Amino acid sequence: MPGLGTSFGRGGATTAQQDLANADAILIMGSSMAENHPVGFQWVMEAREKGAKIIHVDPRYTRTSASADIWVPLRAGSDIIFLGALVHYVLENNKQFHEYVLHYTNAPTILREDFRDTEDLDGFFSGWDAGKKKYDPETWLYQGSPEKEVAGSAPGHSEAGGGHGKDRGGEAQDTGKFESDPTLQHPRCVFQVLKRHFSRYTPEMVERYCGVKADVFLKVAKTFTSASGPDKTAAICYAVGWTQHSKGVQVIRTAAILQLLLGNIGRPGGGILALRGHASIQGSTDIPTLYDILPGYLPMPFFETARNLGAYLKKNTSRTGLWSAFEKYFVSLMKAYYGDAATKESDWGFNWLPRVTGDHSHFGYWLDMADGKLDGLFVMGQNPAVGASNGRLERTALSKLKWLVVRDMVETETASFWYDSPEVNRGELSPETIGTEVFLFPAAGTAEKEGTFTNTQRLLQYREKAIDPPGDARSETWFMYHLGRRLKEKGKDDSRPRNEGLRALTWNYSTEGKHAEPVGEEILKEINGYSLPDRKQLAHIKDLKKDGSTACGAWIYCGVFPKEGYNRALERNPKDALGHNWGYAWPNDCRIIYNRASARPDGQPWSERKKLVWWDENKKQWTGNDIPDYDKETPPYAPENIQNGKGVEALGGAKPFTLHPDGVGWLFVSSGLKDGPLPTHFEPLESVTDNGLYKQQSNPPADKKVRPDNPYAEPSGDPRFPYVLTTYRLTEHHTAGGMSRQLSHLSELQPELFTEVSPELASELGLQNGHYATIITARSEIEAKVLVTSRMRPMQINGKVVHQVGLPYHWGYRGQVTGDVVNDLLVISEEPNVRIMETKALTCNVVPGRRARGKEFLGQLNSRTGQTA
Amino acid sequence: MLKHLLSKWPLIKQIQTGADGTGPESFSERTRNLRPKNDGADVARSICPYCAVGCGQLVYHKDGKLISIEGDPQSPISRGHLCPKGADTYELHTHAGRLKKVKYRAPYATKWQEIELETAMDMVAERVWETRERTFQETKDGQPLMQTLGMAHLGGATLDNEENYLIKKLFAAGLGMSCISNQARI
Amino acid sequence: MSITGFLTDSTLCIGCKACEVACKEWNGVEADGYDWSGYSYDNTGAVGASTWRHVKFVEQTPVPGFGGNAGELASWTFSSDVCKHCENAGCLEACPTGSIVRTEFGGVYIQPDICNGCGYCVSSCPFGVVERNQKDGRAFKCTFCYDRQKVGLQPACAKACPTESIKFGELDQLRLRAQERLEELHSRGMEDATLYDPLDSSVGGTHAIFILRGDPRTFNLPPSPDVPTIYLKKSWTSSAIAGALLLGGTLLAFWAENKNGRRRNAR
Repeated sequence: MPGLGTSFGRGGATTAQQDLANADAILIMGSSMAENHPVGFQWVMEAREKGAKIIHVDPRYTRTSASADIWVPLRAGSDIIFLGALVHYVLENNKQFHEYVLHYTNAPTILREDFRDTEDLDGFFSGWDAGKKKYDPETWLYQGSPEKEVAGSAPGHSEAGGGHGKDRGGEAQDTGKFESDPTLQHPRCVFQVLKRHFSRYTPEMVERYCGVKADVFLKVAKTFTSASGPDKTAAICYAVGWTQHSKGVQVIRTAAILQLLLGNIGRPGGGILALRGHASIQGSTDIPTLYDILPGYLPMPFFETARNLGAYLKKNTSRTGLWSAFEKYFVSLMKAYYGDAATKESDWGFNWLPRVTGDHSHFGYWLDMADGKLDGLFVMGQNPAVGASNGRLERTALSKLKWLVVRDMVETETASFWYDSPEVNRGELSPETIGTEVFLFPAAGTAEKEGTFTNTQRLLQYREKAIDPPGDARSETWFMYHLGRRLKEKGKDDSRPRNEGLRALTWNYSTEGKHAEPVGEEILKEINGYSLPDRKQLAHIKDLKKDGSTACGAWIYCGVFPKEGYNRALERNPKDALGHNWGYAWPNDCRIIYNRASARPDGQPWSERKKLVWWDENKKQWTGNDIPDYDKETPPYAPENIQNGKGVEALGGAKPFTLHPDGVGWLFVSSGLKDGPLPTHFEPLESVTDNGLYKQQSNPPADKKVRPDNPYAEPSGDPRFPYVLTTYRLTEHHTAGGMSRQLSHLSELQPELFTEVSPELASELGLQNGHYATIITARSEIEAKVLVTSRMRPMQINGKVVHQVGLPYHWGYRGQVTGDVVNDLLVISEEPNVRIMETKALTCNVVPGRRARGKEFLGQLNSRTGQTA
Repeated sequence: MLKHLLSKWPLIKQIQTGADGTGPESFSERTRNLRPKNDGADVARSICPYCAVGCGQLVYHKDGKLISIEGDPQSPISRGHLCPKGADTYELHTHAGRLKKVKYRAPYATKWQEIELETAMDMVAERVWETRERTFQETKDGQPLMQTLGMAHLGGATLDNEENYLIKKLFAAGLGMSCISNQARI
Repeated sequence: MSITGFLTDSTLCIGCKACEVACKEWNGVEADGYDWSGYSYDNTGAVGASTWRHVKFVEQTPVPGFGGNAGELASWTFSSDVCKHCENAGCLEACPTGSIVRTEFGGVYIQPDICNGCGYCVSSCPFGVVERNQKDGRAFKCTFCYDRQKVGLQPACAKACPTESIKFGELDQLRLRAQERLEELHSRGMEDATLYDPLDSSVGGTHAIFILRGDPRTFNLPPSPDVPTIYLKKSWTSSAIAGALLLGGTLLAFWAENKNGRRRNAR
């Protein structure tokens, strides 16, 4: 989400699914929306039926392509070239929405003289440290910005960690003294830098490296750009087809730049809709079970930079914009966590929070687990034994644990790895030699517990409980509450510093029913926040205080439970198309965020057709069809005072991107990203071709985690692995199958693992439809039935024929239907900002027939890969 | 009585009404009394557990048992529709493979055994406490660290906000676990 | 009571199969096996005793620059098949037990408590919809969610369908909507769009009608379905003729015998 977060300010979809119906064109890329979000896709169909053009760019012709007007087959992993060429097309043909770009983006901002672009340094920005393999981003700052004064740390970049902490839109740089050129002519202004940066992203490059004919590209460019402007808007939908790359954040950044240039953010029918794949994937970063952030995208304290509360607050508090109130959000969270013990004298409990000292993400700690450095692991509602990259390593690492707790509705492959994993079946591991103690707890289903999911459009929807879960099945709320109760009991008389936080932790939730289930709404009320000491629910983020007189578990959710008995997430009376009064969207129930941009700087709509919120001079307030994502009473003519002012007030009345200290959308991200201020094409970590745009082959700071049990193919053109491999989901199953392969009515619809290949590749390799093939990567090999289809097609890449091989990844070794684990083929790799793995573009080989069984498996794999892993 | 019985005989009915034997005169008792299975059931307003579209669901239940789960027509997002996965949510809750007891596997054991829930909770609390005691680091270079890297958590994108809130609160803010991760990335 | 119908518009179908699952979940129909067909994404094959809604997948070679909604060509099309609930229903006419009835909504309903599994309906269905189940041999097919319709609910498949490709409503209204839709599709360049509604055939029209692109036979829909009972008249006539001829022959034989006898007697 730093892709969206750094560009606009918030790490969430900018619009609502229903609003797609208002679009004049929709680009779906990095997503097969009809397959994976079929019910959301009805809004795309509605737009289509109203005349909008639907464009689907995808390596495969999918069920989404089948409903689109234009399908563009693209080589997997070349997205930035394609999107960069769209940006280039806009700039080259003057298609940008000039007034919007001038007033609502940082296009006029002038950059420092010592900034160097990838154009100048052949794939690197200035500041690259080859030894540390990371950027010092100081030269990316605006001209005039003071350097940061945090000891031992470059601005925006901590020693360790991912990028979730930057979701809020970069570090808190003081942008007070920057210079800008409203004529957009200054050679170092962002607009001109952008023009130069994208100059080589031409239709010819698209043809050569994406495999898309120039005329097809131009058809897309014309269709999309002509559907944007004052009285038209175009939307973009994406999913993990964009994110699961070694440069995933930058793919999304390219889309953000395109939408900012075309003036499509904050307006009806526009926006970028991130399509998330789990019921509350948005919620689980808003209220994170992640290592580097606290609820509401407050960064976790990093050991190197957050030596004390003062340094932490200084680093994260900006002078202008909404992050100027950082201290209110943080102190209120500490009050929610530690209650009365959180005082000014105790630094609000800041020193009870664990420090981040390295890569504590899934892959980061998993490799430590593989090396025997971890005792225990909790897995709740996830199935890494088949769902995560390099499954052989994932499962083997589980056998190094002392104890493992799995909570799920069924016995997953993660819980059963010790007796029925492929490694056990092949004789590489056996139960007698695995010392891991395993606890498998039955979990409640959604109908058996109450609680909120936050959906793909930032909408909190509360579920009522229908029935009790069966037997000893319980909710995670129950499990955590009763585990916490026991642990607090163990620490209650122990006064060592380590237990201060645990003892202070507020944990007195009421319970109900025969299972002593914690009351769900009580937790939501804490998340919403309340005043102290009288415990009145808070109605608005503005009510938060930094003096300890408010508690709030997630400031961005403040308002969801604004008064006793009023749970807005449970509202079910929609009064308009955007769904107000059905659920609660963060922030402040805005359904389309940054919607101040739907009006001109003077406060009136850009056009009657595309009006959303506007200034009502008579009532002296913002009004319209959505809740204004702006201070309701700040008039459009309120002057800005970003140079010297403080708080969000300093932004004045015409800066829609209020989380950014300069109040505008960022075409150029001067702070907050680890791999550059502008998107640049790099090849996947495993590719069939050289990078035709720059000498640098792959994203420089990507973390490859190379080790003997996580080997790679050669970066380019490895003769052992001549084909592009891409993985994906099918409508009929869900992720790694834990919620679908056990169900008969879904299993019968897609009962077996298959691989999709073109007729040309099938004939070249002697593959027959319905027969088996074995797919091989540097990590493993698996077998799958062959589906020969012209929906897959070979393409010409830089003069060579390139074949792509498709594999849906839903199967595993348990359930009504079983199959080989596709994720065994993938490599553990980390994109530098969020540490996501590359699953959409790798290299592989394919041979007809089945894989070897038993002890012969490794021998065959090694002979085919030429390694001894 | 006899007349009543006779009048129920389809042939007599047909003769009486001139029907051809394919309409209501041939309806069985079951057919005549047919009602939808969720008739008179209680209903809970819910949300689909699969992807993040967030479709509204109506969960019909009676006497503590699920009857059916279907789309909520009032939802402004889904308008009562569901995809095949969402349409299978009833089976998700009721299929035979659902776990109902805690399964425990001792180190080096070759089989599961069932244990009581409260026992399992006590055992897990002990494991956590023991690991934390052994691996906790209060300071480093004289600065607070307050961290254990000895145990980790994975999962959250399928869970409720309230659940994730308690996980982060207890594991990070209470126990000092740094290694907390889930499916969500971008 | 109004006569209801399904209008299944394949130009809106995204091939998600929600209709198949929603039907099975509501009606408690069991899965019919885990067999991977190797034919596109279709693994349930056809409508039968345990699949009352079935999505057919038709693959053609796609062309870059054109999606499936491009007027010029169809490339991967999906259509959800179902019992047609014929106006002149072969199954209903053939059923000797009175198990199959027509409901007040015009649907054709098999009463499972009456059916004895004789199977006459199976061979009498011009669409191959009715099938006996493996377990006890009784015949099953789409009930038109008669139980739901009775209380004013729409059938489970139509309710679930994410893109409203399956429409449920009054049949007359649906026929009007279908005509409008067809005109619209033609104006968008989809010249090959047609309405499948065999009013002129001997089934006398169906209560499930379809908007399709191309030849209906691609979707297992016979252009001119016949209800088997139309052959009854023909077979009755030929039987009558045969009978008459036989009778005539016999009489003739007797007459000749008589004549000979008389002659013999006269001799």
